[in-house]
Amino acid sequence: MKLPIFLDNHSTTPMDPRVLEAMLPYFVEKFGNAASRNHAFGWAAEEAVDQARKQIAKLIKADSKEIVFTSGATESDNLALKGVVEMYKEKGTHIITSSTEHRAVLDTAKSLEAKGLATVTYLPVDKDGMVNPQDVEKAITDKTILISVMLANNEIGTINPIAEIGKIAKAKGVLFHCDATQGVGKIPVDVQAMGIDLMSFSAHKIYGPKGVGALYVRKRNPRVRIVAQMDGGGHERGMRSGTLPVPLIVGFGKACELCAQEMTAETARLTKMRDRLQTDIMAALEESYLNGHPTNRLPGNLNISFAYVEGESLLMGMKDIALSSGSACTSATLEPSYVLRALGVGTELAHSSIRFGLGRFNTDEEIDYTIKKVIEIVTKLREMSPLYEMAKEGVDLKSVQWAAH
Amino acid sequence: MAYSDKVVDHFNNPRNMGSFKKDEEGVGTGMVGAPECGDVMKLQIKVQNDTIVDAKFKTFGCGSAIASSSLATEWLKGKTIEEAQKIKNTDIVQELNLPPVKIHCSVLAEDAIKAALADYQKKSDTEPVDTK
Repeated sequence: MKLPIFLDNHSTTPMDPRVLEAMLPYFVEKFGNAASRNHAFGWAAEEAVDQARKQIAKLIKADSKEIVFTSGATESDNLALKGVVEMYKEKGTHIITSSTEHRAVLDTAKSLEAKGLATVTYLPVDKDGMVNPQDVEKAITDKTILISVMLANNEIGTINPIAEIGKIAKAKGVLFHCDATQGVGKIPVDVQAMGIDLMSFSAHKIYGPKGVGALYVRKRNPRVRIVAQMDGGGHERGMRSGTLPVPLIVGFGKACELCAQEMTAETARLTKMRDRLQTDIMAALEESYLNGHPTNRLPGNLNISFAYVEGESLLMGMKDIALSSGSACTSATLEPSYVLRALGVGTELAHSSIRFGLGRFNTDEEIDYTIKKVIEIVTKLREMSPLYEMAKEGVDLKSVQWAAH
Repeated sequence: MAYSDKVVDHFNNPRNMGSFKKDEEGVGTGMVGAPECGDVMKLQIKVQNDTIVDAKFKTFGCGSAIASSSLATEWLKGKTIEEAQKIKNTDIVQELNLPPVKIHCSVLAEDAIKAALADYQKKSDTEPVDTK
């Protein structure tokens, strides 16, 4: 087993060697511009892009003409929200989204609000992090032009009832954008069955290269139109100008193809490893709490709060395991994870949270090592914690008058 | 973000981690911070003849908070009450090489020292004189 162990697969994933192999010819040998229509170099590039478009579309049950390449999911989210607001401003200016969206959606929505271009409803989520479709329905007004709800959350892995929300959107004639960055390639996605009109996702979360993503834009029933946010040569049917990064796109396509082929087996393997990680850790450590939905979550996701210990110190004690925390000790605001706060998790437990992100290349041996390390460090830090000591003495921590700073 | 070697050392090998009984003779206890802010420090001193003969800490917080309180106990031992009053958060920042985002950890440690000293003085004012 090689250290350090990478258990932060929600942040990014290592590239699959098969993806790299597919990309290599498109750097030096087949370097053409896919928009060059008059020579063999351009044709070879265009052919490769077309092939990738098909591989990507197939994974999400779309038509290849509905794939618009971008630099990544952040750009796709921006293009979807800003592009729709600008295109449909005569029809209305109201957007509905949820409070646990990725910041690429939330900050885009806030920016549209600040510029006076849109009013935004931020829906709450339940204690498991799920958006209630009835809340979506109730929030729709005659001015609503767009609903934007994520498929799966990047911190807690909770999967939203997308098909139900899609059905409501369709019935009310409102466009539906889904930020599916964490879900595509990990769980089955079908833009038809889910009633999705626009969908953002990226390659580097699914063992593809960084720097490329896509926005799915529905072509019929309804035909969705967006105003381009990048002016130039009119690439991607006028929706996103800029020379296509052919090697990245080829890698993106290959990554999608591999996900489609291996999803069933990979889901089974990751779920088994994740469940073992969860069961063993939580059985050994009292007062550890699962964040997010107990069953309806991404196969590779686990998010636990360990009462009485602070998240960043936990990470520091496990230097050879790459993990992430909802603690705010490094942020200037001292505000812990807004996602956990939205679930109603207390601030102190939000500070105590660790996110485990399992992926394609993790092994059982790495999980064994992680279980052992987590139990060790939590035990050690609890011995060091005045809160744990007080709790053991029977002091109700909520009754203590803390000197907040 | 990389931690300084000294922070890592204090985190891995905390000095004087533990507790005294709060009502023990000559013990002053300072508890500062709040769980919702992500750090709570408990710092205790044991005083004999105006000199701090022992110190202990327990901290809930990030690595820098743990290191700051661990270092504080090291510095407190052997100091008189008057000398201990002079320990400044900036000394801790310098010794541990704390980045700007972690300065609040050193502030908390200074507050904890002050609180422990104040608690000791409050107790000794009411305690029989023979502890002095």
